[in-house]
Amino acid sequence: MTESAAPLLKVGDLHAWYGESHVLHGLSIEVQRGEVVTLLGRNGAGKTTTLRAIIGLMRKLRGSIRFEGAEIAGLAPEKVARRGIGYCPEERGIFASLTVSENLGLPPATRAGGLEENEIFALFPNLRERLGSQGNRLSGGEQQMLAIGRILRTGAPLLLLDEPTEGLAPVIVAQIRRVLEALKAKGKTLLLVEQNFQFASRVADRHYVVENGRTVDMFDNRDLASNRARLERYLGI
Amino acid sequence: MEPFTLFGVPAKALFGQLLIGLINGSFYALMSLGVAIIFGLLRVANFLHGAQYMLGAFFAWLLLNLPSLAPGLGLPAFSYWEALLLVPIILFGVGAVTEWAFIRRVYDIDHAYGLLLTIGLAMLIEGAVQLRYGAAGLTYAIPERLSGGSDLGFVYLPDYRAWVIVVSLVVCFGTWYAIERTRLGGYLRAAAENPDMARALGIHVPRLLTLTYAMGVALAGLAGVMAAPVYSVSAQMGQGILVTVFAVVVIGGMGSVFGAIVSGFLLGLIEGLTKVFYPPASSVVTFVLMALVLSARPAGLFGKTA
Repeated sequence: MTESAAPLLKVGDLHAWYGESHVLHGLSIEVQRGEVVTLLGRNGAGKTTTLRAIIGLMRKLRGSIRFEGAEIAGLAPEKVARRGIGYCPEERGIFASLTVSENLGLPPATRAGGLEENEIFALFPNLRERLGSQGNRLSGGEQQMLAIGRILRTGAPLLLLDEPTEGLAPVIVAQIRRVLEALKAKGKTLLLVEQNFQFASRVADRHYVVENGRTVDMFDNRDLASNRARLERYLGI
Repeated sequence: MEPFTLFGVPAKALFGQLLIGLINGSFYALMSLGVAIIFGLLRVANFLHGAQYMLGAFFAWLLLNLPSLAPGLGLPAFSYWEALLLVPIILFGVGAVTEWAFIRRVYDIDHAYGLLLTIGLAMLIEGAVQLRYGAAGLTYAIPERLSGGSDLGFVYLPDYRAWVIVVSLVVCFGTWYAIERTRLGGYLRAAAENPDMARALGIHVPRLLTLTYAMGVALAGLAGVMAAPVYSVSAQMGQGILVTVFAVVVIGGMGSVFGAIVSGFLLGLIEGLTKVFYPPASSVVTFVLMALVLSARPAGLFGKTA
């Protein structure tokens, strides 16, 4: 069976533009089913743009994005999302005019196996207390939990998370890490953009290094120690 | 005995004008509601709204007069009550096609194009109706069941006017409730706030835009049917109300549904009061208020400051 060997997500020679400005220059990544993969790199390297391109938010695009074997590059975002990709942007994208409960219920279920509300509350107990609150009344940590929680309802097998720990207190970061581990245990596939390398090294199986809109290196999390110096040079830390 | 007076004005005159104000306000609210919903989501100022309101009244008239307009076909006449249901459905279809064929082409370009497009289409529609049916008003009788009235002591209330007020209140607050409290309403609010994010979560925003425009046009159609027995049915009937409606929407806050409803009724009442106390100002009071509100609160009474 070649089916099981085929990557869940395969991005090949991807180019993307913001207006006239060319930001992705032939980026390629592969993510296997059940894997947790991070995109590392400096600010402006094209990590966020890569996630936006996958979900369909980049209007000017060239190259290939295959999800479960089918080409999705150029599809409208609602079509991509309904194929089974959940997206949690860096700014979290919580709707201020909707309550927490409405935010949670917003994304349509795309396939079986989505979490029930109770399972989401088991992962994020704080959300249960805030169900009636408006989206803009939440703390940063609660917004992040809501942004992740609401895409778990859909049953999407692939989740794109853009800097899920940015600006959060250590105790919340630890909670997010436990949630990502639980999601991995459930068989979800995660593609993360992460500046917090410490965090990335604790949750991810593999890392891609993105520089100037292309992937310049890739290593297994197990080989991290031996690649430390190289990585620090890429990231400038 | 001297007639009962309030603030030096005969009470009957005062309440009479307030009642007329309330009727006008009912139409302003219904119309502004549609304009506000459309602007809130599509960011297009729908200057077609007056023409669509006129079409509503016209379709009601056509439906009632089908047998005499097309004698050979043996078509039935549709009563006011049937028109009340049929015309909004027809206008919903007209709205969906209009959005699909025209309106969606201006979403991503400068607002001025939306303005030009909708004004141009309105002129075309009104011109075509006038060419075919002339400029003179056509009459549409008040349905028999509502032709009576009752003397409330302080004012005589015709049944049809009471009906207009009740329907407008029910439709306006029903729509507001649907937007604020239902799942579909949640989609609309999410799409209005951040369309890209809503799409990335799997919500079919382009379809919502079509639906919303069609709903707004259906509301204009409903207002048109209800207006047919009150004002005369003519190609130009939407022009005057459109100007006031945009003032109402601006006062309420562009895109604020609640603001549009409240300011609609409020403006009707204020116009009525102005007719009692200083009649010459009654036609400009709305615009004076608009200027005052805009200078104090540029986002309108219920608008969110960006």
